Amino acid sequence: MADKKRPTFGIIVFPGTNCEHDCYHALDSILGVNASFIWHQEKSPNNVDAVIIPGGFSYGDYLRSGAVAKFSPVMNFIRDFAERGRLVIGICNGFQILLEVGLLPGAMLRNNTLKFICRYQYLKVENPNTPFTKGFRQGQLLEMPIRHNEGNYYINPDGLDALSAGDQIVLRYCDSKGKVDKVSNPNGSVGSIAGICNSGKNVFGLMPHPEACCEEILGSADGLGIFKSMIESI
Amino acid sequence: MLKINVYVTLKKEILDTQGLVIKKAIPQIGYDNVENVRFGKFIQLEIDQSDKNMEELKKEIDFLCDRLLSNPIIEDYRYEILEG
Repeated sequence: MADKKRPTFGIIVFPGTNCEHDCYHALDSILGVNASFIWHQEKSPNNVDAVIIPGGFSYGDYLRSGAVAKFSPVMNFIRDFAERGRLVIGICNGFQILLEVGLLPGAMLRNNTLKFICRYQYLKVENPNTPFTKGFRQGQLLEMPIRHNEGNYYINPDGLDALSAGDQIVLRYCDSKGKVDKVSNPNGSVGSIAGICNSGKNVFGLMPHPEACCEEILGSADGLGIFKSMIESI
Repeated sequence: MLKINVYVTLKKEILDTQGLVIKKAIPQIGYDNVENVRFGKFIQLEIDQSDKNMEELKKEIDFLCDRLLSNPIIEDYRYEILEG
């Protein structure tokens, strides 16, 4: 990136967000790009090349996960940023917020096991042709941690057909051999969906945490590929 | 001041896992005649309606329910308006 200006990732912070420092560490220390925190009250952040809505419990997940965060002042900026085709990634609670705000279709339900799941999970790359996954191959298996109580993605049958037709299903839960089925689905999400993008492919929401697996010492460095793909696409 | 009781439940086509867990627990405490349990949310609003007629008030409550108190993709709501 010698000739290219170092991109700046804006990491949105709501009251209750708790994964912003892991995102910052991955981007700043490991990938060597600029990262800055954007407080949710900020109406017009500037110098932002990509937006990350990190994981956590914004507003304590009160009422519904992401239900109150969607009214924060910064959401107008994010909506406009996304509508202009710029890159927005929502991780875990970030994915829930993108769903509540309508930047991604569908909704999130409580895990069908009714348990908070916190462990590594195998994922299959269903669409490597997005700015978030272009560093991967079709069908590549990834290992990333999941930590959530409401990760059961739901969309009605017509919506699911539209997602498939639009190549918007980006990641699915699977087992170590890549098998996608009920057993390997940790939370009951429809079609074992772990991550989707919008029709413009510039907004991506996923339940797993790529920022928590950017160094082998943590168990997997598969998360790097997502951020690297974004950096290449800015 | 009017009290508005809002009840939010999952749509019928969505699996109500919390309701199922409660239903399964009831026989364990002695009753086997509970056929179904649906689990939802109760939200009470106290609204100063002095400058609105009933139609405007209902519009306001519907707006609050559609935009904030429920997620229309997965939830239904109903409400009752109580006097003072």
